[in-house]
Amino acid sequence: MTDIVPAGRGRAAGQDRLAGLVAAVRQARMSTWMVVALLVVAVAANASVQSNFFTPYAMTSTTATLVPLVLVALAQAVVVIGGGIDLSIGASVTVASVTAVVVMDGREDRLLVGALVAIAVGAACGLVNGLIIALLRLQPIIVTFATSSVFAGAALLVLPTPGGSVPATITRGYRDTLLGVPAGAWLLLATLALWFLLSRTRLVRHVYAVGGDPVASYASLIPVARVQVLSYVLCGALGGVAAVALLANSGSGDPFVGLGMTLDSVAAVVIGGIALSGGRGSGVGAVAGAITLALIENSIFFADVPTNYRPLVSGVVIIAALALSAFTMTDRRRRR
Amino acid sequence: MSTVTRPAPGVGAAPAAERAARLRRVARDPIVIAGAVTVALVVVGELVSPGFAGWGQIVNMLRVASFLGVVAAGQTIVILSGGGGIDLSVGKVATFAAIVGSRIMQGDDAGVVAGVVVPLAACALIGLGNGLGVTLLRIPPFVMTLGMTGVVYGLIMVYTNGRADGRAAPALTTLVNGELVLGLPGVLFLWAAIAVLVTWLLRRTTFGWRLFAVGASPEAAELSGVPVRRTVILAYVAGSVFAGLGGLLLVGYTESVMLNLADDYTMPAIAAVIIGGTLAAGGVGGYLGTAVGAVTLTVLTSLLTTLDIGSAWRTVVNGVVLVALLSFYGRQKRLRA
Repeated sequence: MTDIVPAGRGRAAGQDRLAGLVAAVRQARMSTWMVVALLVVAVAANASVQSNFFTPYAMTSTTATLVPLVLVALAQAVVVIGGGIDLSIGASVTVASVTAVVVMDGREDRLLVGALVAIAVGAACGLVNGLIIALLRLQPIIVTFATSSVFAGAALLVLPTPGGSVPATITRGYRDTLLGVPAGAWLLLATLALWFLLSRTRLVRHVYAVGGDPVASYASLIPVARVQVLSYVLCGALGGVAAVALLANSGSGDPFVGLGMTLDSVAAVVIGGIALSGGRGSGVGAVAGAITLALIENSIFFADVPTNYRPLVSGVVIIAALALSAFTMTDRRRRR
Repeated sequence: MSTVTRPAPGVGAAPAAERAARLRRVARDPIVIAGAVTVALVVVGELVSPGFAGWGQIVNMLRVASFLGVVAAGQTIVILSGGGGIDLSVGKVATFAAIVGSRIMQGDDAGVVAGVVVPLAACALIGLGNGLGVTLLRIPPFVMTLGMTGVVYGLIMVYTNGRADGRAAPALTTLVNGELVLGLPGVLFLWAAIAVLVTWLLRRTTFGWRLFAVGASPEAAELSGVPVRRTVILAYVAGSVFAGLGGLLLVGYTESVMLNLADDYTMPAIAAVIIGGTLAAGGVGGYLGTAVGAVTLTVLTSLLTTLDIGSAWRTVVNGVVLVALLSFYGRQKRLRA
């Protein structure tokens, strides 16, 4: 749930498990609970303004639009926990999605290849970022801003104008239901499961360590540069998965599709209680933060707010959510 | 830089070593590097497209750079304040000032004073909001100013109902587009005055000293009796006011206003500050470097436009050059110290 909680490995007794769970709850930061509370409020608010919120049809539509942002937020969470930031993630998602569209070209037999290409392109973008940041030792915020320009340009070279199509199977499957639950909801659960698995890998534990204190990590024989590079590769690969979800949702390619997701993903991780200074937070928070952010927009759309007032209302509500989340985040270092 | 020789033993070695060290320092100075890159870009431009380095062209590039330079003045102050200080709202704030200003002016010189003072006052309030959010609500600057971008966009939509109107006053247009002395537009003199003012503010005033102290270490500053919160809040107010001023100058250049007039100035303003040698972590830097960085970025953009390589390649090359430029000096220390 939160940072590395030493679990009673090897001692599988139920009592130890329970003790571990209690310890985990105790150690969970206040901000993790805050994002859960914010999420509950956002769901309640959305349900109250959108009368059909809990009907299968609305759930399908809501979760289908949520999945890409949730995946991008998880991608952003990985590098932010590692003490970095990726301002190019939106452009990486975009170039991954247009490349996949060009590869798939609407053919069913190229579905899997296209999806793998998207993930590979995303990972390659991450590799470029990671190598520049770790080897040239440049500041992540500036590097990824510069590479976002490169990736966005590359997307335009691959697919100059919106178009192309993806196989019908994936767009149909994306809006299908399984056991009465929308595919989007399954994918959200799968994203959480993915984080659960990732957080148990040595790489992600090292990412926490490097984000928390690179000097101490270096002294502890953690290969800091390699961990940094791999964290950006993982981020890019998750962005590639998000690109596939975007394609499944929209059905065609667009060379600008993901550009707006970068800043949303950063806002989502902060709402999710992940410290931008690195080392603290959890992917669960990023997922919850992204859902909260999307539901805020959704509620304002369904509430009878006049069109011209919508951006103002959503801006103020988002700042309020950020403030609640940031205020409960206890900082090791004293803040001003 | 590469031809630094070992000082010869004996008398006279000390001055030689000193000179070599000074030379090395100069060659590593970001302002010198950015200036040299700018000159190189102009030379390349002249080679591929004769006339690129003509007097009129250079004046025009400086004119366009002045808007970015003024917006980036505020960004410099915010980044110097440290603690992850950054203002992502400057583009929207500049647009906001231009929209409010041109509606008040309505293309008439009678409204020029109100058309400048009212938007700048509104921008100061926005900056106050940023500063309070960062200090009192403890929201990280990155997302606080990002959230403020949404709020300012909201204000623009409410204020304009989605349709910008009004025009810049002729006096403002003349300042930016007309020639004042020696074929130079007045805006360049204004920019020079702002550069002197900001440098004086940073180097010779209490606020400037406090800003550097807070940027280097808020804890040490606090313990030394520096009002940390007030200094940070003032930095964000300055950030928004300079952004607004840049927006007003830009609308003097374009004369009519659009809903997204200056939105794209945010990231270039940050890039100009970093290219100018100000540390992203705060506490080290100054405005002269930022001004040179603004010119560098503007010349790069003009060169890429002149090359006629298509917008896709233009964005790609822009990013590559930015990384190459930063790899000269933006590098951080090795962990293995």
